[in-house]
Amino acid sequence: MYQHTRLTNNNFTFFQKFRNFDYILLICILLLGFISLATMYSTDGGKILFHTKSHFIKLMVFTMMMLFISFINIKFWFSVGYLSYIVVVSLLVWTYFFGITSSGSKRWMDLYFINLQPSELMKIFIILCLAKYFHRMKLENVNSVYTILTSLIIILLPMGLVIVQPDLGTSVLIAVSGIAVLWFAGINHKYFIYTMLGFVISLPFVIAFLKPYQKLRVLTFLNPDKDPLGAGYQIIQSKIAVGSGGIFGKGFLKGTQSYLEFLPEKHTDFIFTLFSEEFGFVGSVVLLVIYIIIIYRIIAIGANSRSYFAKLFCYGFGAAIFVFITINMSMVLGLLPIVGSPLPIMSYGGSSMLATMIGFGIVMSARVHSQQLIA
Amino acid sequence: MINSSSDNVKKLNSINRRMFITGSLKFFIMVGIVSRLFFLQVKENKKYLTLSDKNRIREWKLAPVRGEFHDYFGNVIAGNFEAYQLHVIPEQVENFKYVIYRLKDLLELSDSEFKKVLKKKKEIKPWETLIVSNNLSWDKFSKINNHLYDLNGVKPVISISRNYPFDENFTHIIGYVSQANEQDIENTELIKKNFVPGLKVGKIGLEKSFEEKLIGTNDIERYEVNAYGRRISQLEFQKGKKGQTLKLTVDTEIQKLANELLKDKAGSICVMDIFTGEVIAMHSSPSFDPNLFVFGISQDNWQIIRNDPMKPLLNKTLQGRYSPGSTLKPIVALSALENGIINTNFTVRCTGKTELYDQTYHCWKKEGHGYVSLRNAMKMSCDTYFYEIARKLGVDKLSETAKKFGLGKKVFDNLFEIEKDGLIPNTQWKKNALGKGWLLGETIITGIGQGYIQTTPIQLCLMTAQIANGGYKIYPKIVIDDKDKIKPSDYYTPLYKNSRNIKIIQDAMFGSTNEVMGTSYRSRIDNPKYQFAGKTGTAQVKKITERERELDLKTSEIPYEQRDHALYIAYGPYVNPRYALSIVVEHGGNGSTTAAPMAKRLFKLIIDRHEMRQSINQKKYLEI
Repeated sequence: MYQHTRLTNNNFTFFQKFRNFDYILLICILLLGFISLATMYSTDGGKILFHTKSHFIKLMVFTMMMLFISFINIKFWFSVGYLSYIVVVSLLVWTYFFGITSSGSKRWMDLYFINLQPSELMKIFIILCLAKYFHRMKLENVNSVYTILTSLIIILLPMGLVIVQPDLGTSVLIAVSGIAVLWFAGINHKYFIYTMLGFVISLPFVIAFLKPYQKLRVLTFLNPDKDPLGAGYQIIQSKIAVGSGGIFGKGFLKGTQSYLEFLPEKHTDFIFTLFSEEFGFVGSVVLLVIYIIIIYRIIAIGANSRSYFAKLFCYGFGAAIFVFITINMSMVLGLLPIVGSPLPIMSYGGSSMLATMIGFGIVMSARVHSQQLIA
Repeated sequence: MINSSSDNVKKLNSINRRMFITGSLKFFIMVGIVSRLFFLQVKENKKYLTLSDKNRIREWKLAPVRGEFHDYFGNVIAGNFEAYQLHVIPEQVENFKYVIYRLKDLLELSDSEFKKVLKKKKEIKPWETLIVSNNLSWDKFSKINNHLYDLNGVKPVISISRNYPFDENFTHIIGYVSQANEQDIENTELIKKNFVPGLKVGKIGLEKSFEEKLIGTNDIERYEVNAYGRRISQLEFQKGKKGQTLKLTVDTEIQKLANELLKDKAGSICVMDIFTGEVIAMHSSPSFDPNLFVFGISQDNWQIIRNDPMKPLLNKTLQGRYSPGSTLKPIVALSALENGIINTNFTVRCTGKTELYDQTYHCWKKEGHGYVSLRNAMKMSCDTYFYEIARKLGVDKLSETAKKFGLGKKVFDNLFEIEKDGLIPNTQWKKNALGKGWLLGETIITGIGQGYIQTTPIQLCLMTAQIANGGYKIYPKIVIDDKDKIKPSDYYTPLYKNSRNIKIIQDAMFGSTNEVMGTSYRSRIDNPKYQFAGKTGTAQVKKITERERELDLKTSEIPYEQRDHALYIAYGPYVNPRYALSIVVEHGGNGSTTAAPMAKRLFKLIIDRHEMRQSINQKKYLEI
């Protein structure tokens, strides 16, 4: 059944692979890594402390890993598509039973050298799994009930496991990653429209079933000034920090909101706030441009890939990264309620960086092996 | 095969179409985020910059330096001194327990004081200042300084605080300061504005009346703070202004003499310049030490002051309401002359008692004075004579004259909030207040300053001064204020109808003091430089029964609370008078034996110091 249109392209030499790298993407990733390191240094108050060191080590290790992944043939990622999904799902199940509880939710598993958050990995591996699922499918079959049900199960299973942790934010992001692939795979746009409508209509009922702290977040988003020292504190302080940054920012290491500790969670979800305070509108736009170039390169790689699997993965991953970035930014700018969602690469946190770097690695592998066909 | 490849093409078309849709969506979302950034960082930048500064910059106010009080000669009578204090910032101490016990030893703190310190420590945040001791003696302060090597984190601090160098002498004029309470903060805007923990404000007297001038403004320190309120760095220090220094008209030496004269007695002395209305001395006895209140008075001391039967907390000069007794007689006589009821030739025969309206009215002299004219009646203080002219005069006309001369209403307006009006009764008053008609018998006793009539010592002093200056209105003052509130046209408006009448009264008062048979003859000074004229008064505290009248007890034989009040009013020198005074000694017995001799000593000093006072005055004009 295998069809080889080109016999030659199956095995590249190491040097050839190296030459096939997308250097623009690589430079942008390294640039982002450098910016994130500088920002982390600022959150530590201009000293090289725990967060900076830890972030640096992770950045080094995971960048190496990304390069390593790039050399692995895209065929390999195709072949482990389901397996990796099953592994991550089992990790989620393991976390459910034996995970580490911290600030009221059970999200982490203790791997001795690192605390891993499997839900973050799921954001990437669900794309891999669904990309594999739709790779061979004929377009006529995509909209069959069986396909839709199966893909929904693939999405809902990890979502459910993450919701019970509880971690609504990440589970929504997993769903977004999955749905992005479904969209590119060609599922009838009617379904998306219906789902959207259904969601909007059921929103009030969903809110009624939310946990009190989640309800509070939504209400706080709608009116942060109602309780400025309590629930609204984060969003108000974040807006103050961003707004006071102005056009050119307060200057590196001079973000008063952050070093005087008015800014909550400045290492993780609110890292963009700190960056924006210190580097202002100009700096923020520059950061956005870097992200846009990265996403553009990812999509370009997808477009140039011969295999449908690689295309699907790149488009899906590109869309997912875009959503992660915009949700995080909208959240700190007061456009969305506060949900725990890190800013890729910038935020402190190993699992998120690991997942993103794996994603970049696979995209890079798709680029290196762009002529690879997968039957 | 073809099937599959055409399917591939379809799939590619589909995915590329959808990629395009997604791309446009992404573009709009990006535009949204950038415009939000633009809105926050460029358009609303000012607003958020202000909010951010409000977050990080906090002001600390320090207690302002209070203005001082000086006497007429520039002596400080309420000043500031450097209080030695001990501050500890718990957070900066490595071993708080060790340090605090070490301090307990060194300062010899009692257990209850120590507990208070520990309790205070619990109430504050670890980076706030704990004041272990707010007024240390120099000995202890230097002892602590010697042991500082052992007391990490302990800061000896010199802080500025109120001090009254003349102790009890000026308490009833100046009052005292103490820690501001909620009421003070609520009532006075300026206290609210300048409030810092530990701020001391005037509680009574001029300290309270002039709070707004005295308080000054805070030093302000601006610090950058973090989200938990901890100071990170100082940004600015803004020096405050010291409160205004107030100069009083009072002469410390005379004030001190007044205090000495009234030692162990309850009563009041006040002295006034009869032309300028300047109060030279104003003392109420017993007094108390205002320094006790500055750092909060101890319960023991407070109980002693509060439970003293002589009532040191009462300002008798302004609050004490006394029957004027015979000191009213100059006004009664003046009123009778002014209203043409009598002339200088009018005589009354005094037999010691007189029957009027079925009631017997006694003269103080049982045997009677015989035939007395106005001058002799004043001189010997014959009651019968004044019963008679009061009866002819009527209470309404009398009250009119009395009020004109300053009796029955506050002398200082609103300067002292505790000052009382006193009471000059008339028929209308009795109808309104008691709902009864005036009885003629009441007019008769009003004629000798008994009955409903009540005056304060400062009113008697003002009355005397206005008789002494020839019958002209003056406005008493105690603070030398650059901007006089009184219009020049209001000065020296005559209070008499005929100036000859004033002369008659002055002459009669001269006789009372300087002629044989005068009630205060024994207290006279013959030297014309010091010679003064006065009128004694003895105010009954209760009605004297017939039995007591027969017994005729000496003052020392009567229980203290039932003894008469002794009063004396006087002015001097008789030729070219300048000063007037009033003396009240509660339960002092007799005006001529208790109060008048005090006047003698006072006038000596007052007139001796007159030239000094004048030279200060001239210097003031020279400076202008």
